[in-house]
Amino acid sequence: MISESTIEPATVSDIVTRVEALYRDGWRLAQIGCTRTADGAEINYSFDKALTLRTLRVTLKSLQETLPSVSRVCFPAFHYENEIHDLFGIPVDGMAIDYKGDFYRKAHPAPFAKPPEEKKDV
Amino acid sequence: MGMRTIIPFGPQHPVLPEPIHLDLVLEDEKVIEAIPRIGFIHRGLEKLVEKKDYQEFVYVAERICGICAFIHGLTYSLAAEKLMNIEAPRRAQFLRVIWSEIARLQSHLLWMGLMADAFGFESLFMHSWRIREKILNIIEETTGGRVIFSSCKVGGVRYDIDNDTLKRIVRDLKEYEKEMRAVGDVFLKDSSVRHRLCGVGVLSKEEAYRLGAVGPMLRASNFAQDLRQTGYCVYGELDFAPVVHPDGDAYARCAVRIGELYQSISLIAQAVDKIEEGPIDVKLRGFPTGECFVRTEQPRGEVIYYAKANGTKFLERLRVRTPTFANIPALLKCLPGCELADVPVLVLTVDPCISCTER
Amino acid sequence: MASFKMSGILLKHLFRKAKTVRYPSEKKKMFPRTRGSIGIDISLCIFCGICRKKCPTGAITVDKPAKAWGIDRGRCILCNACVEVCPKKCLVMGNAFAATALTRDELRFRVEQSPVSA
Repeated sequence: MISESTIEPATVSDIVTRVEALYRDGWRLAQIGCTRTADGAEINYSFDKALTLRTLRVTLKSLQETLPSVSRVCFPAFHYENEIHDLFGIPVDGMAIDYKGDFYRKAHPAPFAKPPEEKKDV
Repeated sequence: MGMRTIIPFGPQHPVLPEPIHLDLVLEDEKVIEAIPRIGFIHRGLEKLVEKKDYQEFVYVAERICGICAFIHGLTYSLAAEKLMNIEAPRRAQFLRVIWSEIARLQSHLLWMGLMADAFGFESLFMHSWRIREKILNIIEETTGGRVIFSSCKVGGVRYDIDNDTLKRIVRDLKEYEKEMRAVGDVFLKDSSVRHRLCGVGVLSKEEAYRLGAVGPMLRASNFAQDLRQTGYCVYGELDFAPVVHPDGDAYARCAVRIGELYQSISLIAQAVDKIEEGPIDVKLRGFPTGECFVRTEQPRGEVIYYAKANGTKFLERLRVRTPTFANIPALLKCLPGCELADVPVLVLTVDPCISCTER
Repeated sequence: MASFKMSGILLKHLFRKAKTVRYPSEKKKMFPRTRGSIGIDISLCIFCGICRKKCPTGAITVDKPAKAWGIDRGRCILCNACVEVCPKKCLVMGNAFAATALTRDELRFRVEQSPVSA
């Protein structure tokens, strides 16, 4: 049995207040992950309490849309947000510790923002 | 007010198994603040999922980390199986549990050796690793590799262990347990070791929970949460309770990991008792769509895999949240207030596996 | 609180044989399942190329017109996938590790099937 999890939609404007409400209720941050969609991205904020996982999903219409940082409410979020900024190029506003794009050493900026290359069958 | 200096710790440091950089702001010898910096070993493994199909990616997933290799492969296999809606056969699940616990034994023994090295006790380091060699021999005998097992695959396991070998492994582990207790007692009862570990880097229960600490870091602050309690694979049928310790300091984290060694030996014995006969793999079923979250307990804590599939032979997205990534804020909270000589000890109590953190 | 708890372990091991293997005069003990290097019985190979497709790192090369099979031991990760999928069972995982080399070219191994005499 693998722990069941729920996914609830959220928006850019209410994510900070919803994270604050979850924190007051005893949930804690498990992970923040980003998935590229056809033209934008989905950001999954996962929270954990008593072995249950609950996810808030924010959908961005483009990779240039700015995401507000939740690290003022929940300090551990800062390095997930730096990772999203470094790998996908999504600007995040107001991180507790901001590495300004230098969190991971990479050859090209925003490597995960590129779509997958065509696989040539060798 | 004393003089403030900024001292760089890492990325090259004799005590660190993998490179991490900390800028330590010191006032005389006390640490005031620590700013972390990672990114030296980023390999972009999550992007490889676009080029390797389901069964091939198991090899990449295993190589995210050298020490917790098997459980990465296992979690990826569980995620792919959940997407395809198949379940590995019972014997395969028991074998996966046995290999996971053996992997936990070798990881904790490695950690004990590095911890002894961190406060300068090199002969204790060598004896911990001497016992670890015997565990690695068991792994090599059953899977063929010492650290990278390559024995888990989507749909089951690749090698079988016959029942006689399993019983012999349990007998051998009971012998090794005596040696582990002798070495564990040095960690827990020797006065010079306690002097270095007790009272260093205290994290209260509330702080550890809020900052997202996982694994032994959380259980050492008296919070009993262990992902194996959710019962993935066949953990639901085995009898165990999370090992906790009330103090929340470096000594408590050491005690939790040593306690987990004995717990793993007991779990292996229970699994060998209950193992059933049967096949060890099932066929894969088509190209799935959908997404899922899978969480398992690595030696360092809870690992979360998020997989999203779109009906082609490659996954669309795989996101791995490893336990050390979650433990870094807790490390930053327990560093201020300690002396400079305690910094290597504290960095190691987190059990940093930076190659996991950065993938 | 005890002091010198290590002395028990140290004294016990002081007069025992060393646990380290005295390489190169002693060699490490290999197990039957130890994954060392891939070998091939070229007389059985039909050059179907399945091993090349299944290899996750692209270490195997199969040349059907020239009836040759090659492996780059530097790229091989010893995962055993090729051994498992070979339809003629001509690939085998051996215990011995690949010999050391000073350049990458020396790690590339190639063997050709000699023509069958009528």
